[in-house]
Amino acid sequence: MSEIRSELKYLSSHEWARVEEDGTVTIGITDHAQEALGDVVFVETPEVGSQVSAGEEAGVVESVKAASDIYSPVTGEVIAVNEVLEEAPETVNESPYDDGWFFKVKPSDVSELDGAMDSEAYVKSVEDDS
Amino acid sequence: MLKQTPLFDLHRDMGGKLVDFGGWNMPVNYGSQIEEHHAVRNGAGMFDVSHMTVVDIQGTGARDFLRYLLANDVDRLKMPGKALYTGMLNASGGVIDDLIVYLMADGYRLVVNCATREKDLAWINSQSEAYDVSVAERPELAMIAVQGPLARGKVHDLIGAAALEGLKIFQGVPLSGEGHADWFVARTGYTGEDGYEIILPAEAAVQLWQDLARIGVTPCGLGARDTLRLEAGMNLYGHEMDDDTSPLVANMAWTVAWEPAERNFIGRAALTAEKSAGISHKLVGLVYTGKGVLRAEQEVSAPGVDGVGVITSGTFSPTLGYSIALARVPVGFADQAVVNVRNRQLEVKIISPCFVRSGNKVF
Repeated sequence: MSEIRSELKYLSSHEWARVEEDGTVTIGITDHAQEALGDVVFVETPEVGSQVSAGEEAGVVESVKAASDIYSPVTGEVIAVNEVLEEAPETVNESPYDDGWFFKVKPSDVSELDGAMDSEAYVKSVEDDS
Repeated sequence: MLKQTPLFDLHRDMGGKLVDFGGWNMPVNYGSQIEEHHAVRNGAGMFDVSHMTVVDIQGTGARDFLRYLLANDVDRLKMPGKALYTGMLNASGGVIDDLIVYLMADGYRLVVNCATREKDLAWINSQSEAYDVSVAERPELAMIAVQGPLARGKVHDLIGAAALEGLKIFQGVPLSGEGHADWFVARTGYTGEDGYEIILPAEAAVQLWQDLARIGVTPCGLGARDTLRLEAGMNLYGHEMDDDTSPLVANMAWTVAWEPAERNFIGRAALTAEKSAGISHKLVGLVYTGKGVLRAEQEVSAPGVDGVGVITSGTFSPTLGYSIALARVPVGFADQAVVNVRNRQLEVKIISPCFVRSGNKVF
């Protein structure tokens, strides 16, 4: 079973979101997602300063096998992207919840995350899929 | 219920990630497809290819039958063990399958694809009725490919070099001696590297796989097999060719033996007509060094040229570090093309369809 962290929120499309102490939200893809994708070879993140909307495409992750859209769990301004992924996209495979994060958003309404799944619901959703 | 090779339990025990591959439960990787790919380019890797089918053709009519059945000419095989790559065509000149045929001491041996197994056998059997031949599938045999710059040395360490040292590329030899009954080792493969394909009794395959792993041969899944073959510019049945695609547009014209002119093979009339009318499409290689991966079924166009082409196989090339693809395009396409990827127009370079040989970039 892949790692699922209790403190995170999840989308059914396998993104995770973490609310930081300063109120910003960090977004990445789950351990389950990176395992299913296989070796990640490119990550296309949104531009810093751009706006993303909850439930809409914000980037693309490409593995050897397939390309997948990345959806933002919240609406807001992109305030940082993980530049490590430019040179070392495999970081997503090695550390999906820590070093392999994708982008950070300053949310316009953090309560949007209330609609996302908690870890228990995500575990169930992954089990139902398999 | 998915079919299993004799190595199935071993794949699972060694951490293979198993997927449905043409009805077979096969390992796609053992953790990292890219690491397995590099193992073959830089060292030695092994693949379970027991899902492919070995068919032995024997009898006094075997030579005449295969000269009718196959587009390449088995008369090019001058000594036992020699191998020939060929298409097996239908009457319209489409490719029923691509396969390797070996001349054996007592007849011929075909190695055909797994996904086309039933179709192939039905066709071979129906076409053989007019000939004095026996067609014997050999499901009791397994097949392991060992590939990479260190592959031959590793195999020699295990089963002795004496019988194998003098083998030329595309040549095989049956092993003799105790414990090697029904072993056949050929210097063939599908990765653009040197190595062997070892056909052996199913009950011996588990031991060989374990012995190879023990001496440092990396177990590789079919994921790496696909990126390796694509870098080598090798066709995959159902992608670069199929029942509706002739060998002339699939970069397989070299496998069609037109001489002697009096040899009638299935599909000859259709290919002759196609050749004299002029082929409409060709198979090319595409290179995209930007961010993104070319994928099968994406549309290819060229400014100022009529018609569109299609990517038949596309991937990220682990050796080159960017994306490559094979594409079937109108013959008027020259050096540059544009691929439509998720509403972006990517400019790609067109090359002759081979990207990497023996670990090196070749374009």
